Amino acid sequence: MSEPLKFQYEVDGDNFTSAGQASVQVKKVLRRLGLDPETIRRVSIAMYEGEINMVIHAGGGEAEVLIYEDSIEIILRDKGPGIADIDQAMQEGFSTAPDNIRSLGFGAGMGLPNMKRYTDDMQIESTVGVGTTITMRVNL
Amino acid sequence: MTVEQLAQCDGMCALACPAPEREICGVYIGDLLSWVMGRAEADNVWITIMSNVNIIAVAALADTACIILAEGVTLEPSVLETAMAKEINVLQSAKPIYETALLLHELC
Repeated sequence: MSEPLKFQYEVDGDNFTSAGQASVQVKKVLRRLGLDPETIRRVSIAMYEGEINMVIHAGGGEAEVLIYEDSIEIILRDKGPGIADIDQAMQEGFSTAPDNIRSLGFGAGMGLPNMKRYTDDMQIESTVGVGTTITMRVNL
Repeated sequence: MTVEQLAQCDGMCALACPAPEREICGVYIGDLLSWVMGRAEADNVWITIMSNVNIIAVAALADTACIILAEGVTLEPSVLETAMAKEINVLQSAKPIYETALLLHELC
């Protein structure tokens, strides 16, 4: 199997208004590769939700996107506080986002559920006090 | 119906219309951005009263045909610039969300 196309992005934890830049870049790359619009939508929304989470909760992090012949893998790594109870965090409506974030329209407790909804596989590895790595895969 | 045609309807005003030929199909209403990303479909009209810059990213990623800001909500010039740069159509409706939705129901 040939080597995947690999893209890496830094997610700036200080700048909430620029959150989403990596996702928008990925969307452009996928469009150039001629992928179907629904796949592009799924990948870019899942990644954006992850980016937003890293900005809200973890002070930023890094995103890696690997494009294989038959799938796209998105790996999001942060050194934030970690997720104490992943099952609880996966519930729609559960959120620990602060009020200032909610006033922007985020923090509805739909981020992780959306990431799962739009991908074919999602794995969360998290250690409290160390950080979180989320790996998502979308089949082509 | 295209975004340009919608923009010409009574009570509507185009704030940014970089892709006027875009066809609209269906409507989604909401202010919580993750709900919009989870539920809105491509080519929808998205009606909201949210006006921060993140709505432009959400519209781009969810691939909605246009945003309608209801209740006469406006955008900061910097957000309008971002909308133009990202090719996101933004209309403004003088009416509340419900009346705006009724208008779309008649048109679509």
